[in-house]
Amino acid sequence: MRRACRGNLPALAFLLGLLMLWQLGAMKVNASYILPTPVQILKKIWELRDSLLTVHLPATMSVTLIGLAVSLLLGLGLAVLMDLSPFWQKALYPVVVASQTIPTTTIAPLFVLWFGYGIWSKVLVTILITFFPITITVYDGLRSAKVEMEELLRTYGATQWQIYRKVKVPCALPYFFSAVKMAIPMSIIGAAIGEWLGAQSGLGYFSRRMMTQLDGAGVFAPIVLLSVTAMMAVGLVSLLEKRLIRWRGES
Amino acid sequence: MRILEFERVSYQYASEDFDIVDQLSFSVESGAFHCVIGISGCGKSTIFRMTNGLLQPKCGTIRVGGIPITQQKNYCGYMPQRDLLFPWRTIGENLALPLEIRGGFSGKEKTELVEEALADVGLAGCRDKMPQELSGGMRQRAAFARTMLTGSDLLLLDEPFSALDFLTRISMQEWLLEQWRRHKKTILFITHDVEEAVFLSSSVLVVEKTPIRSLREIPVPMGKTRTRQDLANPEIVALREGLVDMLRKQVGG
Ligand SMILES: Nc1ncnc2c1ncn2[C@@H]1O[C@H](COP(=O)(O)OP(=O)(O)OP(=O)(O)O)[C@@H](O)[C@H]1O
Ligand SMILES: [Mg+2]
Repeated sequence: MRRACRGNLPALAFLLGLLMLWQLGAMKVNASYILPTPVQILKKIWELRDSLLTVHLPATMSVTLIGLAVSLLLGLGLAVLMDLSPFWQKALYPVVVASQTIPTTTIAPLFVLWFGYGIWSKVLVTILITFFPITITVYDGLRSAKVEMEELLRTYGATQWQIYRKVKVPCALPYFFSAVKMAIPMSIIGAAIGEWLGAQSGLGYFSRRMMTQLDGAGVFAPIVLLSVTAMMAVGLVSLLEKRLIRWRGES
Repeated sequence: MRILEFERVSYQYASEDFDIVDQLSFSVESGAFHCVIGISGCGKSTIFRMTNGLLQPKCGTIRVGGIPITQQKNYCGYMPQRDLLFPWRTIGENLALPLEIRGGFSGKEKTELVEEALADVGLAGCRDKMPQELSGGMRQRAAFARTMLTGSDLLLLDEPFSALDFLTRISMQEWLLEQWRRHKKTILFITHDVEEAVFLSSSVLVVEKTPIRSLREIPVPMGKTRTRQDLANPEIVALREGLVDMLRKQVGG
């Protein structure tokens, strides 16, 4: 733990420097409705802690979690399907790639029209943003398994399922963790975009409401909260990864 | 007793218009140690890959222990060209792989068998190391131990020592001979190296040309227990030169 802190020391010092610059600059500009100082933002978070933490954060997190869970299921399913069957690989891969060229933010308002202001329109935005990197990364992971290793197991008399469990899954695992770490911030962004476009609660929605009230610090407060949450979630996953994976990539 | 028999076996790669192995018949006596030599790309690995069932012959029958291989599983231990230890498993877990696939071993039995196999190849105490932490020679010994744990009497070793440096390699050769004498397995060993082939084999099987129609068997006049000094024997030197000539003619023509 202490070593980790020391490793991050340069980054922390740099961040602190930036914040200080921001603080000084914002104090000079003195227009807190467009450029609040970090201190003002922190104060705002403290003032609004009740509604932020008990109403809006849980709303955003539930969208994120549902979206992430569906994306993971969908992504893993598609990746395995493409890995098992050349036909589905040919059929799906281009479509999955194409899905990424959809400018999600511009069609998201349509989702609100179709699915209403409830949770599902936001979940859909999240899924659309995250299932692609998960599918492609996990698929690459499954592909990275060496044919020779599969063959070796086959000479031991292994079944297809045993080969999957003992070669494919371990090979794909590091890729899977990369995918999750990538997908967490993306799904949070997706959820916030969805809420920004139309919602009754959530940090994205809250940020937008503050915007209409020209409350600069109020716009930033939920954003800071989102980043912190994303960082903590990624940290947690990294910890889990270190526990589970004793090796990485080529030896 | 014949442990391995090829009967008029042919194989053709889909991308080629001829049979690389063409009506090949040969057999191997139980307990023998044969090196298979031939120039690069002549089809040595192809013969191994048919024997272990990874490739299906176009026609002909391969029998191990008198039974066609299509009717059995886990009848030979195959060690491919690279050591192929799984980098995410410890050495012990790597060795346990064939046992896991065969099934029917308790955790304790597995640990015991693995410990025994490791001690046998001089790697006692390496059970919890990762493959990356071992030297090239140690990795090959671990891979060999894993091959032994398939429990088969027929071992197919495809250039196991070709990536090792000269000194490690000659000590591994001596080590392998010792293993063979002790465990009474039948070993087929592919190599490019004529000296290695002569030192290890009871008789050398030479691939004289592609397509492979026959293997030419050349006995090596040395006992089971041999040392590197025996290689300086005039008879052996002549044999070695003869083999080199045989191979060089193919590369030239
Ligand atoms: N999958 C494949 N498809 C088509 N041709 C192949 C395939 N694998 C091997 N070959 C061809 O078959 C020939 C024999 O291959 P093989 O691997 O058996 O040779 P080898 O004697 O083991 O060579 P080396 O000593 O270099 O390992 C080669 O010329 C190669 O071009
Ligand atoms: Mg080969």
